[in-house]
Amino acid sequence: MKYVHHDSVVKRMQNRLTVNRIFKTIFFLATLFALLTLAILFYRIISQGVGYLTLDFFQNFGSRFPAKAGIKAALVGSIWLMCVVAPVSLFLGVGTAIYLEEYAKKNKLNDFIRMNISNLSGVPSVVFGLLGLTIFVRTLSLGNSILAAGFTMSLLILPVIIVAAQEAIRAVPKDIREASYGMGATKWQTIVNVVLPSAIPGILTGGILALSRAVGETAPLIVIGVPVIIQFLPENLLSQFTALPMQIYDWAKRPQLEFQSVAAAGILVLMMFLLIMNSIAVFIRNKFQKRY
Amino acid sequence: MEQILEKESKIILPTKDIVYDTQQLNLWYGNHHALKNIDLPIRENEVTAIIGPSGCGKSTYIKTLNRMVELVPTVKTTGKILYRERNIFDADYGVEELRTKVGMVFQKPNPFPKSIYDNIAYGPRIHGIKNKKILDEIVEKSLRGAAIWDEVKDRLTTNAYSLSGGQQQRICIARCLAIEPDVILMDEPTSALDPISTLKVEELIQQLKEDYSIIIVTHNMQQAARISDKTAFFLNGEVVEYDDTDIIFSTPSDNRTEDYISGRFG
Repeated sequence: MKYVHHDSVVKRMQNRLTVNRIFKTIFFLATLFALLTLAILFYRIISQGVGYLTLDFFQNFGSRFPAKAGIKAALVGSIWLMCVVAPVSLFLGVGTAIYLEEYAKKNKLNDFIRMNISNLSGVPSVVFGLLGLTIFVRTLSLGNSILAAGFTMSLLILPVIIVAAQEAIRAVPKDIREASYGMGATKWQTIVNVVLPSAIPGILTGGILALSRAVGETAPLIVIGVPVIIQFLPENLLSQFTALPMQIYDWAKRPQLEFQSVAAAGILVLMMFLLIMNSIAVFIRNKFQKRY
Repeated sequence: MEQILEKESKIILPTKDIVYDTQQLNLWYGNHHALKNIDLPIRENEVTAIIGPSGCGKSTYIKTLNRMVELVPTVKTTGKILYRERNIFDADYGVEELRTKVGMVFQKPNPFPKSIYDNIAYGPRIHGIKNKKILDEIVEKSLRGAAIWDEVKDRLTTNAYSLSGGQQQRICIARCLAIEPDVILMDEPTSALDPISTLKVEELIQQLKEDYSIIIVTHNMQQAARISDKTAFFLNGEVVEYDDTDIIFSTPSDNRTEDYISGRFG
């Protein structure tokens, strides 16, 4: 008794191949749609904004006049902001991930914590803004300073960094941990000498991608009350400041048509900022990639 | 101690000290009773082979000897394992201290993704040796001890992953020697290797037993017969028979042992 009749298989072959081609086309169109939208967006922003992208644009502060408006305060503010967010979020995030993956016992409570950290990354950023407003701006009286905004942004991206770091740590092969424990290494020695060196590319890649999200976030800054037009550069962590997305948001909502072009130029600067950060992430990943 | 020796009356009275004395060891993974009432005295400067079919508890047993088994969170044990007359389950006996004296070689070669030198120097470094000269000496001595010095002496700075599987396993043995252990535990050290590499590792084990006590788990009965002095046959978490290797492989006293070594099951 034969179950596979080769004649009928051959007969149906044409149909199967057609279905295959149809789906290939559908998936290709889906990709094309996303790419095309992105290309149109890029074209619009570049054609609109590139004219304003002069040296003066980087050297001027905000202004009521489109021709005089510059991005200096926002760019410097964003860099300051990153100087707070990067160390705070990476330290807390990687520390939490190490605790959860290496030290915490497998029990219901820890499973609950793990699950909720993943859920936290889905909480809207405006909610984190309210949290920052309550705790950092008011309770700790940090005001709408770089420090308050930096802590708020750190909380916002913390879940993403924790999850990325947990995954990177989990991907370190079990057998090289065993080799380390087998020689009498303590948990900490194993983490420092074996686990982290192998996990660092993944941790940093995830971390930098999370940081670039923080660079582009506007909502928490608005809630905290970060001002838009600032005519000075921040002097210390408690100074007032403004950031790139705030500045762009302000320009984009102004009635004068010229400000739309200024906003486009601001978006170009923001995108370059992100591009540089993502290139660093790719560079780190390629440089430190380990073979197993 | 004497009681144990009486119980294992078939063993010729020791001229060598007992290094590991397992007494009434029971081990559970959750509800699964993996080791049942194990009594096993292991002598120094001998190769003790542990054989048995898959799932008989031989790997679990050897991992209990340096408490690596506790990396599985649901493990429970009762009974005693005396290492040099001290119970390794004692609350004041740190696993780190135990594992400094008891090295382990694993089934799959598991060098660190570091240079050959850093692999060997790992153990001494974590135990606090920083002096470069001393480290150099330890690295050379360990690599010579593992019979791989001549093959790698010109490329100590290359990544250990660039070596072949057999070389990697000997690097792992050298890494284990670098902490100057008293006992070396080997969990199927040749099961991932080709026949020639296997032969090299077996020859190495013969040399190492001059200075170390070796306990080796193996799936390969011919290997146990070739290299070991004593053999323990495990079945379903129990020690069925433990005796001189010659006796186990020629005139075993238990039918199950005979069935296993003659290839009727397993």
